Amino acid sequence: MLDFTSAISKATGLVISLDPDLVEIVLLSLKVSLSAVFLATLVGLPLGAAVALYRFPGRTGLIILLNAFMGLPPVVVGLIVYLLLSRAGPFGVFGLLFTPTAMIIAQTILIIPIIAALTRQTIEDLWEEYAEQLRSFGASATRALPTLLWEARFSLLTAILAGFGRASAEVGAVMIVGGNIDHVTRVMTTAIALEVSKGDLALALALGLILILLSLSINAAVYLIRDTAHRNHLS
Amino acid sequence: MSKPSILPLELDNVTYAVSGKPLVRDVSVSLAKDTRTIILGPNGAGKSLLLRLCHGLIAPSAGKIRWQGKSDQNPAHHQAMVFQRPVMLRRSAAANIAYVLALHRIPKAERKDLIDEALALAGLSDLANRPARVLSAGEQQKLALARAWVTKPQVLFLDEPTASIDPAATYAVENTIETIHAHGTKIIMTTHDLGQARRLADEVLFFHQGRMIEQTPARTFFGQPKSALGQAFLRGELLWQEDGDAN
Repeated sequence: MLDFTSAISKATGLVISLDPDLVEIVLLSLKVSLSAVFLATLVGLPLGAAVALYRFPGRTGLIILLNAFMGLPPVVVGLIVYLLLSRAGPFGVFGLLFTPTAMIIAQTILIIPIIAALTRQTIEDLWEEYAEQLRSFGASATRALPTLLWEARFSLLTAILAGFGRASAEVGAVMIVGGNIDHVTRVMTTAIALEVSKGDLALALALGLILILLSLSINAAVYLIRDTAHRNHLS
Repeated sequence: MSKPSILPLELDNVTYAVSGKPLVRDVSVSLAKDTRTIILGPNGAGKSLLLRLCHGLIAPSAGKIRWQGKSDQNPAHHQAMVFQRPVMLRRSAAANIAYVLALHRIPKAERKDLIDEALALAGLSDLANRPARVLSAGEQQKLALARAWVTKPQVLFLDEPTASIDPAATYAVENTIETIHAHGTKIIMTTHDLGQARRLADEVLFFHQGRMIEQTPARTFFGQPKSALGQAFLRGELLWQEDGDAN
């Protein structure tokens, strides 16, 4: 109990004093996860909307695949990206392994199915309501796609948020492709795992606290945006 | 000089069936320009389906629908439809109209005047910047009319546009429909409201159980309908027969 209290006290001190090592890890974590969310959003939103609107052979299989890949194990994604980026792999010449870029790639692959699957469901529900009206306007499915994404923009924040949650919390993929190298690829989750194994609970707890605070802040911001939109009848 | 008309609209033995059950049966009719055509009949008569068939939202199971006018342009670009419960986009009233103009590739510089004109026609100028979904049901229906009319369609399909609104809003919507017709748009509208049909119709298509029972000038229909079913409908009788006398 004493250890725990002492660890909490030290962790609070590290956060308040803006310990340089701590700040570096937090900033890298944010850079990696937000970049991955941005890239996965660029791919996942149109992909999910397209699967919702178009009918094509294999569509049902693709929907099942997207839904199943929402639970893709991070270590498996990490392993695949590792094999692709390693010296012997097809993309080895780029020398990306054990860099933040490799971590962004792994997290992007991890969260594209989450954003795409949730977008597909949201847009499909909306399409049921809008299809007749938009077709009456003369809008093809291709023209309807950006319209529906815009109409669902506040609901889709939840899909993006789920992607961010997954990216910021996962440890397996970034550990494998990043290597947890100090001052290079060490992010909050990998640092927590390392510090716990070393017995330095203070830094691990401080990082854990910041991770939870970041998650709370982002969720609160999205909630406020959605609530304001709802009150203005925009969602 | 006015554009060549896409009308008349001709239906040739049009049938629409779902799972083998015909919901619209062997309808043959010619609809001329200028007149206000009211499709009248009890619930389940196939009125709304007929509008959707004519507007191209659904395809007939059998028969042909032809726009027989002299225009060589795509008829789909010269018609619009207002639904009983129109979907309002999650944006302002003006932006709802702007969306349709953008779809029709109207240059941006021309859009503001057209939006203002359409909003004024519907009496919604003061609500231009209000989110469309905040508007009352009657205001939303007027906005739907303005949105449909903004591209100056030659034909406007209206599917029971006043079924979900109160009498005051109904009066305003009917006035807007009259104004749109006065601007040269052919009106094809469904209703099961006899009073509304009397107020608005130039000709009546009377439907029952998916069949067109008669096509009659409004004055004749409300004076002396040709069919026994039409006479019974005007007397306020409930029409539930499996197969009515079509003559």
